[in-house]
Amino acid sequence: MAEPTVTLSGVAKHYGRLAAVTGVDLALASGECVALVGHNGAGKSTLIKLMLGLIRPSAGQIRVLGHDPAGGSAVRGRAGVSFLPENVAFPAAMTGAEMLCFYARLKGEAVAAVPGLLDRVGLGEAGRRRVGTYSKGMRQRLGLAQALLGTPRVLLLDEPTSGLDPASRRQFYDLIRGLRDDGATVLLSSHALTELEERADRVAVMNRGRLVAAGAMAELRGLVDLPVRILLRLPDNASPVVPAVLDGVGDCRRVNGHIVEITCRHHDKLAVLRRVVDLPVAVDDIEIMLPSLDELYATLMARETAR
Amino acid sequence: MTKLLTLAVQEVRTGLRNRWVVATTLLMTALALTLAFLGSAPTGTVGVGGLTVTVVSLSSLTIFLLPLIALLLAYDAVVGEVERGTLILLLSYPVGRGQVVFGKFLGQTAILAFATALGYGAAGLALAAAGTEASPAAWHAFAAMIGSSVVLGAAFTAIGLLISVAARDRGTAAGLAVGAWLGLVLLYDMGLLGALVADQGRFLSAGVVNLLLLANPTDSYRLLNLSGFAEVGRYAGMAGLAAEVHLGPAVLAAALGAWVALPLAAAAFLFHRRQF
Repeated sequence: MAEPTVTLSGVAKHYGRLAAVTGVDLALASGECVALVGHNGAGKSTLIKLMLGLIRPSAGQIRVLGHDPAGGSAVRGRAGVSFLPENVAFPAAMTGAEMLCFYARLKGEAVAAVPGLLDRVGLGEAGRRRVGTYSKGMRQRLGLAQALLGTPRVLLLDEPTSGLDPASRRQFYDLIRGLRDDGATVLLSSHALTELEERADRVAVMNRGRLVAAGAMAELRGLVDLPVRILLRLPDNASPVVPAVLDGVGDCRRVNGHIVEITCRHHDKLAVLRRVVDLPVAVDDIEIMLPSLDELYATLMARETAR
Repeated sequence: MTKLLTLAVQEVRTGLRNRWVVATTLLMTALALTLAFLGSAPTGTVGVGGLTVTVVSLSSLTIFLLPLIALLLAYDAVVGEVERGTLILLLSYPVGRGQVVFGKFLGQTAILAFATALGYGAAGLALAAAGTEASPAAWHAFAAMIGSSVVLGAAFTAIGLLISVAARDRGTAAGLAVGAWLGLVLLYDMGLLGALVADQGRFLSAGVVNLLLLANPTDSYRLLNLSGFAEVGRYAGMAGLAAEVHLGPAVLAAALGAWVALPLAAAAFLFHRRQF
């Protein structure tokens, strides 16, 4: 892995007796999109605020682009960081374009880029209207536009798709993919697990202030080890041959005359497939159903609670 | 430096957009013109009195009004942005927290300076146009009054920002701002007078009184304008006090300057330590 852009080691944040975040170790590399998931109050926003230096850690070390975000040199470090807060707000009396120009100047970027950026997030004409007249989705787009100013190397996005309609969500993820492909680090927190599943390179799961799991979807599946379901569509009356071939790897269930469902452990998946290929009958179709992020998350949470 | 300017300009733009600039300027102009013409009525329009009397009446107006406007403008600057949720985004930008406080201070002081200079300047021009005769010394006092009014406004802007940084919510900040105004503008002098009367000169020496006067920006301002210029002092009825108080204009101006710098530094310090 290349030199990480963001590292957290042993980070904790306490508010009095309340531990908002404890013992978090996490490293983010350039060119990856990491999803931060967790229940409300799990510490996602706190973690992002720590990375921005808005709050100081009670323990541990944070480095963002080589700087301590709450330290003396933090201002220089923040030049490469952009942030989209949860429930982003702007002064109501200003127009969208005015706000973007203001933020561009603060970042030392050319104001000339603003109209193009407004078009990019679908606010072109609305840029001339006051922010006070915007809908939630439009404010969110304006928030996204300010996060895209300049060439951010680290993007910290707190619930970026809340309030966006499905088409805007897709646009948003396209933008994010472009930035990631150009080498930016994207961290986004969200509750929309189904959306994240395909878009995030890695998923970090938080529960009550602790990071309980982090890794690519495949790694999480291996870690949680939920059963994989494989559906076979077979020619008429061929289903009885399946159990013999499987030879105890995975459970077999006949759904109907044509369809057999095999349930196996994550790491037996390939063994099962190999045997299916060796079936004496030609398989009409095969469908592999991996556990979704939703299911993984629910299982992780259930185990955490049981602990 | 450009970032500081960007922040200050944004503050002025916001002031223009929500009509603060217009309202403040109109209020200052209207009151200044009223006082300039009504204030000179008792002395008539002849003689050197016109402009000098205006200096006395305008500086008395400034002491009450300008701190109020400055506090109203400044108390919301930080705590309001915290409550509306706009501040955390601003702080994620590559700007220092000191720059944020100082930029807001510069912008709001610019608004006050504009309103004061235009309002009082208009009164000065109107008096000149009306043919009021005034000595160069009186014009000097008038100009000094405008300048020191801006500094007084800056001092209360700094105090307002300190309140805005220190307060947890807008309601508290508003209460503290009103309290600061009441305390520094009204109650302090009453208390001081009461103490002087009760004391009958036993413990409160002239030196202590001098210090107590410097410890309040409005008193420093009052002394600077009403006793700093001999001609003005006669009209203000402050000649007696000026003879007792051994505070030169330089000391008084420095005291006013300190009332700008110290609350501002304290605000920047607190803002640095705050977590959002």
